[in-house]
Parts: sequence; C-alpha cells; structure tokens
Amino acid sequence: MTHQDTGFGPDLVEVFGPKHEDGGPELIQLLTPEGERVHHPEFDMEFTAEELRGFYRDMVLVRRIDVEATALQRHGELGIWAQLLGQEAAQIGAGRAVRPNDFVFPTYREHGVAWCRGLDPLHLISLFRGVDHGGWNPHDHNFNLYTIVIGAQTLHAVGYAMGMQRDGVVGTGDPDRDAAVLAHFGDGASSQGDVNESFIFAASYNAPVVFFCQNNQWAISEPIERQSRIPLYQRALGFGFPGVRVDGNDVLATYAVTQAALQRARDGQGPSMIEAFTYRMGAHTTTDDPTRYRLSADVESWKLKDPISRLEVYIKRNGYADDAFFADLAEEADQLGHALREGTKAMPDPKPLDIFDRVYAEITPELAEQRDAFTAYLSSFEGSH
Amino acid sequence: MAGTTSKVTLAKGLNMGLRKAMEADDKVLLMGEDVGKLGGVFRITDGLQKDFGEDRVIDSPLAESGIVGTAVGMAMRGYRPVVEIQFDGFVYPAYDQIVCQVAKLHFRSQGRIKMPMVIRIPFGGGIGAVEHHSESPEAQFAHTPGLKVVTCSNPVDGYWMIQQAIAHDDPVIFLEPKRQYHAEKTELDEDATPAPLFTSKVVRPGSDATVLAYGPTVKTAMKAAEVAAGEGTSLEVIDLRTLSPLDLDPVFASVRRTGRAVVVHEAHVNLGLGSEIAARITEECFYALEAPVLRVGGFDTPYPASRLEEEWLPDLDRVLDAVDRSLEF
Ligand SMILES: Cc1ncc(C[n+]2csc(CCOP(=O)(O)OP(=O)(O)O)c2C)c(N)n1
Ligand SMILES: [Mg+2]
Repeated sequence: MTHQDTGFGPDLVEVFGPKHEDGGPELIQLLTPEGERVHHPEFDMEFTAEELRGFYRDMVLVRRIDVEATALQRHGELGIWAQLLGQEAAQIGAGRAVRPNDFVFPTYREHGVAWCRGLDPLHLISLFRGVDHGGWNPHDHNFNLYTIVIGAQTLHAVGYAMGMQRDGVVGTGDPDRDAAVLAHFGDGASSQGDVNESFIFAASYNAPVVFFCQNNQWAISEPIERQSRIPLYQRALGFGFPGVRVDGNDVLATYAVTQAALQRARDGQGPSMIEAFTYRMGAHTTTDDPTRYRLSADVESWKLKDPISRLEVYIKRNGYADDAFFADLAEEADQLGHALREGTKAMPDPKPLDIFDRVYAEITPELAEQRDAFTAYLSSFEGSH
Repeated sequence: MAGTTSKVTLAKGLNMGLRKAMEADDKVLLMGEDVGKLGGVFRITDGLQKDFGEDRVIDSPLAESGIVGTAVGMAMRGYRPVVEIQFDGFVYPAYDQIVCQVAKLHFRSQGRIKMPMVIRIPFGGGIGAVEHHSESPEAQFAHTPGLKVVTCSNPVDGYWMIQQAIAHDDPVIFLEPKRQYHAEKTELDEDATPAPLFTSKVVRPGSDATVLAYGPTVKTAMKAAEVAAGEGTSLEVIDLRTLSPLDLDPVFASVRRTGRAVVVHEAHVNLGLGSEIAARITEECFYALEAPVLRVGGFDTPYPASRLEEEWLPDLDRVLDAVDRSLEF
C-alpha cells in the first residue's frame, strides 16, 4: 500500500527502506570491521598516529577495567557489574570528543566515558561493590553520577544545557568558553517518557545538548524491535532536530560524529542525536543469563566487528605503532588490573552512622535524634561481640 | 489427592499461582519488561509465554507509565492485566497512572469502570543490589484511596494470594519480598482452602508482646520470637498480609491480651504503615496497653549503599531491642 492509497503519507518501508541488521547504508563509518580506512563525505577526519594509538590505548584499558570488574564480581567482591564489552569504541569515541567545559550525563554503563573524564575506575568499582551510590564529585569531572532509573538523566542533561545558555557559554565563538552537554542513554531507554520529554524540551529551547544513544540491540532480554519500528536516529527528525547513525564499533567515526555534534551545540545550533550502532557482547549485568533469549550465532557475528581488533589491524598494517607500544600497553593493562584488584580489596567499608550524613544540607533535629538513638543502640553491643 | 502437594519456593509458588489464574480465566494477561522470553528478571513468569503465547504474556517496551497506562485500557476492555514492575524503585514513572487513574476510575465513573488490575512489585532489600532495587514503597500506595495493597511472606501465601488478587475486582498492589523469592521451600497443598485475601493471620501464638510484620519482616519477627522464647519471653507474631485495607481485629484481640505491640517493616518509620497501626491500636486498645506501640523500620534516610543495608534494615537484634524496651516500659 502506498501513500496514494491511504492519504497518510508514505509507508515506513518506503521512507526507511528494509531493516538492516548491519546498520544499513546510513551507517557512518571511517574504519571497516576489517580495519580498512574508508571516507565519508561529511564526517571525514584525519588522525595522527599518536591519536590512533591514544584511542587504542583507551579501548584496551577500559576493556581491562571491565574484565577485572567482572572477575571481581565473580569472586564476590562486587554485588553486580554492568559490562561494557563491545561498546568500547562508542564510549571512547564519544568520551574523547568531549572538552573540559562540556558536561556529561552517563547511564550506569559509561565506564569508558568515565575513563575519558579522568575518573579513577575505583569510583565505579565502589558503586558496584555497594560502598556508595557514586563517590566522585560530578563538578570536578563534569561527569554526573551514574543514573540507574532508565532515562531520567536525559532531562537533567537538557536542563543543564539550558543553564549553559543562560550563562552565556553557548555560541560566543570563543572555543575556550563555549560548551555543550552530552546525554547518554540506551535503545531501551528511548521508550521512556522522560527521554521523549527531553527531546521536546531540547528542541523547544534549542538547547546545546547531544543525545548519544548506544543502540546495543538489547534492553536486557528485549530486542530493539520491541522499542522501535524505525532506526532510532530517525526519531530525532520528528522532534525537530537532526539525527545520525554511526558505527558504534568504529572509534574514529564515533569520535568524528560526536565532536561535530558537540561543536554544533556549542555554536548555538541546538540539539542533535547520535545513534551509535553497536552490540552488547556480554550479559546485561553479571546477574543476567543471555543464553535464555539470544542466539550465540548473533554474538559470534558481532565478534567479527570487534572495535579493538579493527583498530589494531589498521595500526599494525600501517606501522602507526611499533612492537614496544603494544608490549608497554600490555604491561600497563596488567598494572591497571593489579591496581583494581588491590584497590578493591583495600577499600574501606562505609560506617553505619554514615547513613545519616548528608540526607539534607544540614541534618534535621528529628533525624539527628534517630542517629543518636542508633549510636546508643550500637554502643550497647560493645564488648558483647 | 496425589500430585497436588509439592515443596516450592516463593518464586515457584507465585509462578504456579499465575499459571492457575491464567488457566482459570483467559482474560488474565501478564505485562511487563522482560516477563516473556526471559520469564522476568526473577523468573516469576518463567515458562508462561511459551505456554500461553505472546498475546497473553506481553514483553513491553521499556516504559512503566506506558505499561500501567495501557493496562488501564486493557482492563476497560474486559481484560484482567497483571503488571510486573521490575523493581520497587522503578514504579515511580508509573506513579501518576497508578494514583490518578488506576485508583480513581471506579470512583469517577460511579462504578461503571472496573479496574481489576494487579500490579506486582518485588520489594524490600537485602540482596546486595545497587540503588533503587531495595525499596519499600507500600505506604505511598496504602495512602491512596482506591488501591488495595497486599503482601505475601511465604510460598503458600504467594500461590494463593496472587490468584485471589487477580480474581478481585479492585486494583491490587501486590508486593513480593524479593529476598525470599529463592529462599526456603515450603509444602504447598493445592487442594487446601486458603484464607480470604484481605485478612491478617496469627503465625505464632504468644502472650508477652505482639509483633506485627509483613512481607520480608515476617521471617525476622519469627526468628526474634524463637530467640525470645529461649530467653523466656513469649511473642505473638502476626503476619498482616493486607496493608490496605488493614485487618486489625486479630491485632486488637492480641494486644488486648499482651498489652504490648511492636510493628516491624523495612520501610521508613516516618509515616510508614507502623504509624497508622500504632494510632489504631491506641484508639482501640488504649486501656489494655502497658507500653506505647513501638515501631522498628528503616531509618528516615534514602536506602543506603548495600554494604550498609544490613545495618539499615530492621534485624533480629533491633526487633528484640524494641521488645525489651516495650517490656521494660
Ligand atoms: C525506570 C526503570 N525501569 C526499569 C529498569 C531496569 N532496567 C535496568 S537496565 C534495563 C534495560 C536498559 O536497556 P537500554 O536502555 O537499552 O540500556 P543497556 O542496558 O542496553 O545499556 C532495565 C529494564 C530501570 N533501571 N529503570
Ligand atoms: Mg540496550
């Protein structure tokens, strides 16, 4: 049936084409899964050997953090861990495109972006270990706390961006002054009311925000088809701003696209959306068993698109790094792993009375009374254990 | 009758109860995130989509307001939706639909619209989870006229209460103590006659003080009673089971005998169920009381990081401490 028949405009397949498991022709790519450098009419960029080594190092090290944290959970050191395996390029590409003045609103899986913001990975570990709800100062890193309630942070991101507009740090033309916000969310989150409302607000106020959706194809057990009939990036247009789909396993393309989108926003040209087309290679979290709902063949086919190996092939083939670089990096990763294991085990537990601290700017008399009663109660055990 | 007795966990009891309800009435539908193919993150709906199909066990988009809002429409169309909220802390995106729509439609329509919906919420702490996965929001729903709120504390109640809630014509918030899902197994006799849904139950008789609990704290209260017995104190334990409406006649009868009451819940003490119960006991049993009604619960702070949760949650010692304070008053 076509639009002539119904009067309701063109049908979906006419507009969007058939579904493409591999992301389709709109997928922006600068590096193929085979490690071939390809070019793009709008988002092409040149990278120095040093930059390429930097991306590679970042990805190797965040994968190591992820592997270590997963192992620590298995050994009972963490309550749970949300793995980023397979999403390293999406996160490093995005994270490295952010400038110091920009502000990032992560989900709970943005370990790679956290790395780019200079967060000590032990902060992430302590959250998943159950030591705190987020021990870093968001203002120090321009990186908000992790947000677990799906989608909530996208509204915060827009509000923060609206604050930037009012502070006159958007569209001044001064690169040291202009700033923008990067808002992370997942394919599943795209269904939440909050996320859709954040699109409306961003469009309405032309807020300097980039919506960065990692479409890793899954929301726990539910495939992307449950959330959207059309490519997610296409939703942006309906809200009144542009959207693009980038190969989220290609760190170069993700970097190029994200920095272009952030620059648009800093320049005062408003919001945009990036759909980083990627795959959640691991379980949803360490408590999940993906064999219950997806085929190992799908996972295998995505292994061929691994973000790290494609960059490694490209670097090696072109001699952008020598053997010493790889050997040093392996050593650095081992040291990082060691530091994480030791740091986790040495992490002090929070103290019971900490519970009452900082619920309010100043503790209320009522709560102080409760704390004092609990203190007395705890001391009644002293000597009895 | 052979074959109708088995030993089951709470998770299995609920799963069997849901299955029974779906067999009994083909208008019963399950909706929620990951309830289909995965069988829910706690496996409460395990195997049901396979047996009843995708039209009756519905994997929903990731949007709680969407789930409950569409369930309202389904209910208006004559279905009996059973909604799963994945974790307590994720019910809030649906809060508006629940308190403004689900709770009020019967009243607003002068009874012309029925809302036979069950909203299942795994609640409570103690599983070592990250934020928003360990909360006890019952008072927020019990405070809302038009909603009924119940909670099961054990596999047998889980099996019967979920079926009764589904068969009930008013909306029911059905709270499941997630820490108990895969804990002990209990003997379930499917041919037994269950107690009516909106009733509380004396689960351990005693004479010195009455301990009121529900959901996850029933186990704590029972353990406390056992320890107290060893020390010569006889505690009566009542599993409230229904939080709205409350069924307090057995509580009043008990307190008239013991003269002392301690209410235990994981929810914050301030304006928690314990506050209402204490007020009602005071109104009904004033002259029988030997001590003020005491409340043991979560502190009035956000739920802490999990390394502190066992300190925050009311435990055996805190229950016994309250019992001592009541006895010594
Ligand atoms: C409001 C809310 N509902 C449900 C959940 C439980 N939950 C945690 S992660 C998740 C799936 C998220 O999928 P997606 O947005 O694609 O992100 P991904 O986990 O794939 O990174 C769900 C349902 C939650 N955290 N918050
Ligand atoms: Mg996802």
